[in-house]
Amino acid sequence: MLKRNWPVAALIALLVAGLVAPLATGASPAGFYVEVVLGGLMAGVLYSLVALGFVLIFKASGVFNFAQGAMVLFAALSVARMAEVMPWWLAALLAVAIMVALAWLIERLVLRPLVNQEAIALLMATLGVTYFLDGFGQTVWGSDIYEINLGIAKEPVMVLDRLFQGGILVNKEDFVAAVAAAALVAGLALFFQKTPTGRALRAVADDHQAAQSIGIPLNRIWVIVWSVAGVVALVAGVIWGAKLGVQFSISQVALKALPVVILGGFTSVPGAIVGGLIIGVGEKLAEVFLGPVLVKAFDLAGGGIENWFAYMLALLFLLVRPEGLFGEKHIDRV
Amino acid sequence: MFYRENGQFKTTYAADQQMLPIRQDRLFMLALVVLAFAVVPFIASDYMIRAILIPFLILALAALGLNLLTGYCGQVSLGHGAFMAVGAYAAYNIAIRVPGLSFLVVLVLAGLAAALVGMIFGIPSLRIKGLYLAVATLAAQFFFDWVFARVKWFTNYAPSGSVSVPNIDLFGLVLNTPQRKYLFVLAIVALFALLAKNLVRARVGRSWMAIRDMDVAAEVIGIRPMAAKLSAFAVSSFYCGVAGALWGFIHLGSWEPLAFSITLSLNLLFMIIIGGLGSILGSFFGAAFIVVLPILLNQAPTWLGIPMSTSMISHLEFMIFGALIIFFLIAEPHGLARLWAIGKEKLRLWPFPH
Repeated sequence: MLKRNWPVAALIALLVAGLVAPLATGASPAGFYVEVVLGGLMAGVLYSLVALGFVLIFKASGVFNFAQGAMVLFAALSVARMAEVMPWWLAALLAVAIMVALAWLIERLVLRPLVNQEAIALLMATLGVTYFLDGFGQTVWGSDIYEINLGIAKEPVMVLDRLFQGGILVNKEDFVAAVAAAALVAGLALFFQKTPTGRALRAVADDHQAAQSIGIPLNRIWVIVWSVAGVVALVAGVIWGAKLGVQFSISQVALKALPVVILGGFTSVPGAIVGGLIIGVGEKLAEVFLGPVLVKAFDLAGGGIENWFAYMLALLFLLVRPEGLFGEKHIDRV
Repeated sequence: MFYRENGQFKTTYAADQQMLPIRQDRLFMLALVVLAFAVVPFIASDYMIRAILIPFLILALAALGLNLLTGYCGQVSLGHGAFMAVGAYAAYNIAIRVPGLSFLVVLVLAGLAAALVGMIFGIPSLRIKGLYLAVATLAAQFFFDWVFARVKWFTNYAPSGSVSVPNIDLFGLVLNTPQRKYLFVLAIVALFALLAKNLVRARVGRSWMAIRDMDVAAEVIGIRPMAAKLSAFAVSSFYCGVAGALWGFIHLGSWEPLAFSITLSLNLLFMIIIGGLGSILGSFFGAAFIVVLPILLNQAPTWLGIPMSTSMISHLEFMIFGALIIFFLIAEPHGLARLWAIGKEKLRLWPFPH
């Protein structure tokens, strides 16, 4: 057991070492370090939310939904533009309706005709959906930068100034975002574990044919799953939009969520959450502490290693533990 | 009526194994080659050559490379834009650091550099496949985007990070007119296409297809998966490296790191899906489709007389592009190459229905 797992253990040890290295070597004051970690956790929450959308759809329909990022952008744009003429919560409710309609359309027009195609064809189809949604969203809602104002004060709050010198700056908004994300995940967990629909969803995720043969309507399940993923995208989009403004670059978050699902495992909801947090913290720490070292050593034109750090981490994981941290064992291995 | 193979008997093994067994196909291919080499350069406008034909040929070469890997060996890659970038930057660095080297040698070296990188990023394919592999190759994409943007050595310490290359001198003939560039690219692409066509008919290609169809069975009949997969990655990246070098030196002339972004990787994937997975001809169809479609979509509002802002056009372009991809996947999952094959089947019987 231990023998087989030593590469994983080594990798985790490496991760932990990297995590505490800046503190242990005294490269940074403790307060600053905690701030960086918190910033990473906040980014990680958003990655988790996007990754959650991936995992939900992959579990239930075996589709690798590249369009999750485009859905986040589309949802955020809808909320931002509708919130200009109505209170934001009403806009959010309307946006939920839009995302459900979108899920229904995708199921009808894209998934149903492609039933039984290979995974790559479905992946390509979601790429098509990505292009379509990016274009459609910006045609309908415009392509400037929009704000979402949730009515939360933006000024940072100083906490723990007794413990660390200078204290730690925390955005109240970030805090609300983290709580909202946690509530969403808890709600989803309840929905999956306790409701009949949730049970049907899990049955479909487990075995399509068996689920269908006991009378679970696959098509309706898919609509529900895509709707849930749409709502998750909406929450991610609103949080992200409130923090940084709604713009096209949100769509690219999806690309950051891919290493998260690799790390956590394609089929694991807790994996998506933990993976997101690990990647969020890891890449912030790497950017802040490893970046300058690399720049100095190789005479680079600036850091920016957070662009690929997550991917390299995921690649390492793929080599030693292809199913991810929490994924199911039986993946397509060669 | 015109396309019928009655009376064409094969009496030797060589005739049985030839690339185009039907006489009409051979004549058609001959006509196409003559047309491309001898007629097109004289009748096509400079704009036509620069904006459509050259990008089409180079992208067809890159798509061909990706098709060897994805279509023939079954390994998905989202990182081939990065391998093109490796080819382009390798060619650039070799060309400025070793003056006087023939561009043909530079091209081959650039291809080899890309092949090496491709093999390194192909190593995960020994353990994983499918979507996991797609993500692993994405790592190559993001890593090389960063490398070429940040490591100053690769851009020869250019302050803006963009590089520009001089005209290519080929044995005293300077490639400075669109016609000359076109002919050069055409010759290279034709050569590589012929090579690919033969490669997939040969032992290597057959071992790739065996791996694609069922890796366990392939292993049982004595194909080494490691050799097959890594050779597929190497050859495929070699093609993309050469295409990248051509793209940089001949099509762009000067380029920024973003010239080889993930959009390019995705476009290559679209090309082989729309053109047809596992088809040499399909790579050309797909490339033509992806090159021509945006130009058409851009021009369409002007032709139709509908006034539209440029941002509106680009958004609509995205939408139509996405919708068309889905449409193609649903209507013809095997791509344009399959449509072509169906057309030929129909032509055999024409004008009779049965």
